Amino acid sequence: MSARVLPYAVVLAAMAMVPLVSTSPFYVNLVSQIAIAAIGALGLNVLVGHAGLNSLGFAVFPGLAAYLVAWLSTVGGIDPVTAGIFALAGTLAVSALFALVALRTTGLGFVMITMALCQIVWGAAYRWTSVTGGDNGLSGVPRPGASLLPLERPEVFLWLCLAVLALALVQLGHFFESPLGVALRGARDQPRRMNAVGYDVWRIRFAAWMLAAAWGAAAGLLYAWYHQFVSPHMMAVTASAEVLLMLVAGGAGTLAGPLIGAALVVLLKNLASIWIERWVMLLGFTFVVIVVLMPDGIVPGFTRLRGWLRRLKPAPAPTLVPRERADG
Amino acid sequence: MTFWVSQSLNSLALGGLLFMLASGFSLIFGLMRVANLAHGALFMLGAYLGLAAVKAGLGFWAAALTSALLVGLLGGVMERTLLRRLAGRTLPQVLLTLGIAFIIADACLMLWGGDPMRLPAPPELSGAVRIGDAVFPRYRVFVIVASAAIALALWLLMERTRAGAMIRAAVDDVGMAQAIGISSSTLFTAVFCLGTALAGLGGVIGGPILSVYPSLDQDMLPLALLVVILGGAGSLAGAFVGAYAIGFIYTFGQVLVPDLAYVILFLPMVAVLSVAPQGLFGRRLG
Repeated sequence: MSARVLPYAVVLAAMAMVPLVSTSPFYVNLVSQIAIAAIGALGLNVLVGHAGLNSLGFAVFPGLAAYLVAWLSTVGGIDPVTAGIFALAGTLAVSALFALVALRTTGLGFVMITMALCQIVWGAAYRWTSVTGGDNGLSGVPRPGASLLPLERPEVFLWLCLAVLALALVQLGHFFESPLGVALRGARDQPRRMNAVGYDVWRIRFAAWMLAAAWGAAAGLLYAWYHQFVSPHMMAVTASAEVLLMLVAGGAGTLAGPLIGAALVVLLKNLASIWIERWVMLLGFTFVVIVVLMPDGIVPGFTRLRGWLRRLKPAPAPTLVPRERADG
Repeated sequence: MTFWVSQSLNSLALGGLLFMLASGFSLIFGLMRVANLAHGALFMLGAYLGLAAVKAGLGFWAAALTSALLVGLLGGVMERTLLRRLAGRTLPQVLLTLGIAFIIADACLMLWGGDPMRLPAPPELSGAVRIGDAVFPRYRVFVIVASAAIALALWLLMERTRAGAMIRAAVDDVGMAQAIGISSSTLFTAVFCLGTALAGLGGVIGGPILSVYPSLDQDMLPLALLVVILGGAGSLAGAFVGAYAIGFIYTFGQVLVPDLAYVILFLPMVAVLSVAPQGLFGRRLG
């Protein structure tokens, strides 16, 4: 157990010590962005990596949570912590409704429906200007807990993000090894047989969906507090695609993959923006290159090269695309 | 009364455009089990290419034809060189088509800038016609008729020709179709070219109505997805019914509740999925 936890602890500790090494807020904020992105990618990993449900609308979860907390704490005038709790609850409630629609299908139908759902919410955020501020978004979102923790300081905010990330890693690490986590991978690979054995495949998938939504919402809360601003762009197709890229680059279905992928994508995005302005095109080319050259992601590739690394992982890395079946 | 007539005609025009976009998407999906997420970007590319051709001095019709051919050709190249390597693997296909969509969209932004541009309707179709009390642009009437004609032509192609029979056979069972001597490789490329060319043509024909702007692809792709979700993937009839249903719902939604026009699109999706998860005309695709 400790051998497994150690690398994560080292990485998180290294991230936490960045403010002690560098006084520049740029690097501290960069690490915060990586942590927030990693929390979201870990959430999507539950769906893509372990449930075999390829969602192209993941940004709807952080988007809903961020918009709710922003609206409640600015227009609504509720204090940030309470607003955050309401935002989490609200996101989970809406996600449960979305699950009723999205989980009617699997495979490509699921891809299309999740994308359409996210686009509908994006459209609402974009067009319903009287409530959402339209393209201008909502600004001036207050960070919580000035009395408890000085979260306006970048390094303190980073430590909050890392604490949430550590919680996500521990929770998901336990979940993937739990009976439910194993049943989830069973439902991914052999839905019909799982059904025959007596598992309720729909309910297992629903649990995965809600878990993904919860971590997505947590990432959304941190995102809203980090930027102190929300706009429809965080729910655009490119946003969902970026999370998917983190997962595919790092390796879906592994615990470390989303973390590595998030770091890569955030660094790439920040570094690339210094030299070139065409991030969307770079994102497109990255997708094409990754799919053609490295379809399994970095972590599974690394795993194949070095068998000893396998001991660090809770779940064996599955092939990139889980078998799809027309299940009942 | 005038309001209802003119908005219904607008709905039919939008429905026709959506049919051109979604029928190709649906055919490709049905035959190859590929969700071509670059379809919206190809629609937009068609519109921009048409605009460029008109600016270069070509007539509207020549521009439409050129644009459709170029987009179809690009689709064929995409299928032959990239998509073919990923047969049967959902996530890489999704990422690849999405990546191509981003590249096309950003290239359009780079080449033609961020300002919306108008694609002028051909001069012989300018002006308006009077239908009852309603005055309606002649060009939109043309769009309604042309899209219906394309729907009829596609139906005849699918149901009354040898090529259509081959496509239908391969949609049902690729393995069997190959076993009786149908070259699925040629068929896949042909259908991909046809589907993407239809998207390109739809872009040019839609240009004078929708105008041409950088996020046109992001506006059109979700509507096409909804059409396919409603109608059922791989079904021409489904694309037809779904396209006009979405055309009506979106047009009236935009007029009656402009803030929530997008949210209203959610309702038909919920209604259809709760009754028929495969869509109204869809079959279970294994």
